[in-house]
Amino acid sequence: MNSNLNLLIGLAMGLNLMALGSSRLPTVIRSMAAQGVILGAMPVLMEHELDWRVLLVSLATMAGKGWVIPSLLRRAMRTAQIDRELEPLIGFVPSLLLGAGGTIAALALAQALPLMPEHQGTLLVPGALATVFTGFILLIGRNKAISQVCGYLILENGIYIFGLLLIKSMPLLVEAGVLLDVTVGVFIIGIIVDRIQRAFDSLDTRKLTALRE
Amino acid sequence: MKSLLLIIVPAVFALAAALWPDNHRRPLLLPVAAVIHTLLTLWMFFDPPVLAPDSWLGFDPLARAVLPAVSLLFLVCAFYGVSYLRVRGERNNRVFVAALLAVLALLSAGHQARHIGLLWIFTEGVTLAAVPLLHFNGTPRAFEATWKYLLVGGTGIALSLLGSFCLGYASLHGGGQGDLTFVALMQQGEELSRPWVLIGWLLLLVGYGTKMGLAPMHTWKPEVYGESPGIVGAIMAGGVTSVAFTAILRVRSVIGAAGEGAIADQTLMAIGLFSMLVAALFLLGTRDFKRMLAYSSVEHMGILIFAASLGKVGMFAALFHVWSNGLTKSALFLSAANIRRAAGSSSMDDVRGMAAITPRSAAIFVAGLFAVTACPPFGPFFSELKVVRAALETGHGGGVAMFLGCLLLAFFGLTRVVFGIVDGRPRPAAVASGKRFVETAGVILPPLILLALSLWLGLFSPTILHDAWSAAVAQLFPEIP
Repeated sequence: MNSNLNLLIGLAMGLNLMALGSSRLPTVIRSMAAQGVILGAMPVLMEHELDWRVLLVSLATMAGKGWVIPSLLRRAMRTAQIDRELEPLIGFVPSLLLGAGGTIAALALAQALPLMPEHQGTLLVPGALATVFTGFILLIGRNKAISQVCGYLILENGIYIFGLLLIKSMPLLVEAGVLLDVTVGVFIIGIIVDRIQRAFDSLDTRKLTALRE
Repeated sequence: MKSLLLIIVPAVFALAAALWPDNHRRPLLLPVAAVIHTLLTLWMFFDPPVLAPDSWLGFDPLARAVLPAVSLLFLVCAFYGVSYLRVRGERNNRVFVAALLAVLALLSAGHQARHIGLLWIFTEGVTLAAVPLLHFNGTPRAFEATWKYLLVGGTGIALSLLGSFCLGYASLHGGGQGDLTFVALMQQGEELSRPWVLIGWLLLLVGYGTKMGLAPMHTWKPEVYGESPGIVGAIMAGGVTSVAFTAILRVRSVIGAAGEGAIADQTLMAIGLFSMLVAALFLLGTRDFKRMLAYSSVEHMGILIFAASLGKVGMFAALFHVWSNGLTKSALFLSAANIRRAAGSSSMDDVRGMAAITPRSAAIFVAGLFAVTACPPFGPFFSELKVVRAALETGHGGGVAMFLGCLLLAFFGLTRVVFGIVDGRPRPAAVASGKRFVETAGVILPPLILLALSLWLGLFSPTILHDAWSAAVAQLFPEIP
């Protein structure tokens, strides 16, 4: 059971690095969406018998993080007409190195923290810390709004992984994390609305010159 | 039940505002809801309801010590809002009014939350509900400010969720059954797993500290307060920050019960003094009087956190300062909003001689300046005096020296900007736009009332209020049996 879970967490950590190293926004969004689907599968793997509540969390996560948010982001990308991060504050190679260093540090730090017996031998804590750290690098090191939203989402994914430690005993707290997804929604709607407004502005000025001719 | 009404009433009014068709009359919902809310709060203040110890939500002593201040502040701002939205009649205020009332509902809920998850949900709710308020002006700069607010505030709120998870895990590791009310966490006390408690404390302090606007997580504040309407600034600075502050206090009491109170106090003192220092330095440099208010708010958040690190006496002073800062600062925000509207700009470079154009607002602004920089006999003087005494009693001489030094620097910074815009000969452009702005009773009385409240707090604050603060301190530092 644990080995399957660890495999998924390992995959999610790999996707972190993919998001850090790529300059193309579609790649970042795709790795983020893949991470969302993987995250959605985790609670089902952790439980021995299927509970409807866990199943609901799992399905909602897959739909939200794997489909709704990525497709909204792609739409924002189209309206904003950008598809790559050109001059990031922290370059792609440095952020990859930082991310790899952060992953190692997370593994080391997790050794020092006491765990419940049933969580020993899982990568949940280091996976969560490494993902949160990746999110931070993207948030701080990227300039484009869409990359920052991706960073926020990955940060949030890290928190979700941590929440899996608690899902059995305090489900409400973990489910509250869905609200973070709502925040992301507000972010993206913000980008789209802003772009549309600006598009209207530029359309108007073009109309004005057209009339003058 | 009554404590639920405090949440339901503004929520219902928010819904009504969202459905109300008439743009002209819709703002009247604000004062109606606010009056009901204040009456309910005062009723519960004088006759506190009996509380089941394990309840998730309730009007407990801490809520009783802080929520009435928020309610009063909102009441005055609601009346100001009616006049403000009449001036801004050209804009559709449907979302604005609904969001303002939703913020009141969520603030009432957040102050009464006795469960760490519930507290987080309501704080997150306030963060999101405030978004439409910030870009009411619809300018690109307002949009940029909103973006920064979402990005910084959103990260803060995400970290506080992670911190809540860590505390939850600390409880689980210590044999907890998944009960995350603050009472249950405090009962677990030393059984909580130490490393997880410390990580949780750090994350929660950074997370809720971001919402409060403590340095170095304060970067959203000057942008937001600079670009949003004054009434929003007043409610953010007096209401939204106080819910984050009480969140920190509630968490701190758990950390104290877990036996790490000394570490918690040290971190609080460090971050409090750092915020004061950063704010004082920025106050010396800023040329914009609305951004100035933001830095002043950062400074006062630093004072609150510093005071909260000084044990029981300091905590009492902190709760006193929540009231005096909230009421005084909002008087400044509202009068600054009048001046901004009349002058057409908020930069010292374009605005001067406002004593001639808007004499009443300028007078309130100057009086508010002296009040907020702790000149007697206004409220902040007495609350900050209490902070200094608490610090001296607990033997923090160095802290007091730095505290007073920052206050002095802030005083220089604030007077520089305020007198820069009030004195002098008005610019012709400002005279022209000032003529269009009439200082009606609707925009003058609210800041004046707030200032009077600050004066009342300083001179005649009633014993029942002091008892409420003491009761809250007793809740936060329970006697060990």
